[in-house]
Amino acid sequence: MGKTRVARTGNEAMAEAIRQINPDVVAAYPITPATEVMQIFATYVADGLVDTELVPTESEHSAMSAAIGAQVAGARTMTATSSQGLALMYEMLYIAAGLRLPLIMAEVNRALSAPINIHCDHGDTMGGRDAGWIQIFSENSQEAYDNLIQAVRIAEHSDVLLPIMVTTDGFIISHAMEDIDIYSDGEVRDFIGTYKPLQPALDYKKPITVGSIDFVDYYFEHRRALAQAMSNAKNAILEVGREFGSKFGQEYGFYEAYKLDDAEVAMVCLGSTAGTGKDAVDNLRKRGIKAGLLKVRVFRPFPAEELAARLKDVPQICVLDRSDALAATGGPLYAELLAAMFEDRADHTVINRIYGLGGRDIKVGEIEELLSSQVSAAAGGKSIDRIGYLGVRE
Amino acid sequence: MKENINSWKDLPIGGIVDEPGTAMAYKTGDWRTLRPIHNSEKCINCLACWIYCPDSAIILKDGKVESIDLEHCKGCGICAHECPPKVKAIEMVDEADFR
Repeated sequence: MGKTRVARTGNEAMAEAIRQINPDVVAAYPITPATEVMQIFATYVADGLVDTELVPTESEHSAMSAAIGAQVAGARTMTATSSQGLALMYEMLYIAAGLRLPLIMAEVNRALSAPINIHCDHGDTMGGRDAGWIQIFSENSQEAYDNLIQAVRIAEHSDVLLPIMVTTDGFIISHAMEDIDIYSDGEVRDFIGTYKPLQPALDYKKPITVGSIDFVDYYFEHRRALAQAMSNAKNAILEVGREFGSKFGQEYGFYEAYKLDDAEVAMVCLGSTAGTGKDAVDNLRKRGIKAGLLKVRVFRPFPAEELAARLKDVPQICVLDRSDALAATGGPLYAELLAAMFEDRADHTVINRIYGLGGRDIKVGEIEELLSSQVSAAAGGKSIDRIGYLGVRE
Repeated sequence: MKENINSWKDLPIGGIVDEPGTAMAYKTGDWRTLRPIHNSEKCINCLACWIYCPDSAIILKDGKVESIDLEHCKGCGICAHECPPKVKAIEMVDEADFR
């Protein structure tokens, strides 16, 4: 296996990955601090190093729309954005996911306005967390590069078929130069393979309709299938992470545990702060405090059971959120991790049912049945699914 | 043509409609509040209704109006409006009268 040790910023590393992936179409609009990804990639296009059709658009909404069109047509398609640019894509993010298009995005985390700010927080990515995109966070340039290569395989996995965003932290990773290992073009291309679209719209022998209307009769069922695809992404992420490890040396999973086994206190975070946190852990251990760290790599699908299991024996846990949910139950990572850990530690049984999507009616009898079955399960000492669906046709 | 798919597991991925001509299977008749009633004794078979119907719901047989496809007629009333005033072979009746 050919590895080359080079100095790259996060943006350069992502541009390098996109060059090696050699997508059929890239549609993008510049925005700080992600601009460089496309600026560098555009030179690769101009120099004839890739076969990509690069579509410069007039806005991020248009960039995502063009990307969706290209992917529907049957092209492997990528884009890059940040902050307000991602926010301008929100409408189309949901459409890419609902249409089950394995689009790939390089996302550089940056705070949202107002006030205007170009530096890092995770508020932009968190705004799209329920849009149906797989979300992978990177600690450094190496992970940004590795994650983007794996993203192709995860998104296009036949059990998944979902769009995916790989994020770095604005300036902290995007503009900081680090030593990273770059793999050979041939090995990367072998690893990602050829894109075989499920039903390309340009296949005139099999005409299809894309984006048709879906009322109370089927909308909930389509959303249920979307949720299943996101759930299936968990296995695909592990499978691709293992294969990546056997080919390139570094295996990837849902999280990285650092000095966690005997930890009396552990910090949990996303992205580049894990690097800072590891130094803090080392310093604390020198001071006699058994500190540890859990870096969450995958935020969507949220690996709830796995994270809860890994932190089961840690008595003190501190979750660091680089985005504010504004008078919610803490930041999003805290809220979701707490929910994941609650089940084993709570005196109450709190269950959740997703209902009524797309206007699906909820009936008095259904609520009675649900609550009475919860009560009788408790009385009979039986378990009841904690999270599930109400009113979807199974 | 697949009709009335029940489980979410059986739906085409991404809500794709994977064959052409499926609008026939999508019944829009229950959107209607007014039902067109065709009187074949008054009808002169000028076919103005057939030309103007936006849902192709006027059914012809041998060049004459035979019936109205109530599974697709949305009750817009264009047929009754276009029917010549001297003929008035189509009357719009409140759908509630049939329930």
